[in-house]
Amino acid sequence: MQVYGTELAGRFLLGTALYPSPAVMQEAFRASKAAVATVSVRREGAGSGAGMVFWQIIAGLGIPVLPNTAGCHSVKEAVITAHMARELFDTRWIKLEVIGNSDTLQPDPFGLVEAARILTGDGFQVFPYMTEDLVLADRLLDAGCEVLMPWGAPIGTGLGLLNRYALRSLRAHFPDVPMVIDAGLGLPSQAAEAMEMGFDAVLLNTAVAKAGDPVAMARAFALAIEAGVLARAADPIEPRDMAAPSTPVLGKAFLA
Amino acid sequence: MTRLTLNGDSIESAAATLAALLDERGLATTKCATAVNEAFVPAAARASHPLHPGDRVEIVIPTQGG
Repeated sequence: MQVYGTELAGRFLLGTALYPSPAVMQEAFRASKAAVATVSVRREGAGSGAGMVFWQIIAGLGIPVLPNTAGCHSVKEAVITAHMARELFDTRWIKLEVIGNSDTLQPDPFGLVEAARILTGDGFQVFPYMTEDLVLADRLLDAGCEVLMPWGAPIGTGLGLLNRYALRSLRAHFPDVPMVIDAGLGLPSQAAEAMEMGFDAVLLNTAVAKAGDPVAMARAFALAIEAGVLARAADPIEPRDMAAPSTPVLGKAFLA
Repeated sequence: MTRLTLNGDSIESAAATLAALLDERGLATTKCATAVNEAFVPAAARASHPLHPGDRVEIVIPTQGG
């Protein structure tokens, strides 16, 4: 999978938040074989040095980082946060979040397009966290985005792919645009389904970090993603209503 | 002394520039990014960025994210 001319080493993008400990996070990343680690920026807390410790752990993972603008509710906030993240993490990539509703954490599509246009103009390579709306996708592509990240469900819910029709439609309308299902996944089977539907990758955090055994769950997601990719490439059969015997009918012993 | 808002807290500072403020707070070598009055200030511009009474300074560091 290529994004902005860079070949990713896999189809699993994993978050770095909410793990029981840094050691568990590191182990989960190893088990996940994640291609990208998502990170963020927050206020410095009285010279604690926490940022440097965290950064060293992330750098030790040896994979590209994708900083986010999590928690930003306005275009201005998201744009300033993106600039700070670019300097901190030394990357043009930004996972652009402009939150429109505090309960559902759903993206504000209008602010998202505006911020994407500004940031693209400023030289960023924008990964927009978006709803699965087809028209929004079109506007984001117009704004210069070369990858789209529709949600499966609201962040942290684990509900999976809630709007399959719209996701299928999105995939079908833009077959050549790299698309990452970002947020809402809870189970590996949902990640496999996303890959079977033709999405290019999944991005998640809570489903692994808050599982009883994050390391085992990271591996389970990795295997499910691989299974989904293989299944897609293997050209699955079409579902049908009528039964069709798989065992040959010809030559069956007559015992009635 | 100048009264500033640093990461939401009201503080008194003798710093005339953003770089001097970072130094004063023991953050001169910390991996951080800065904004003043809701505008990003790149690291290279901190030494020439003057601070005025009432300025709102944000200093952020790398952290966990999803």
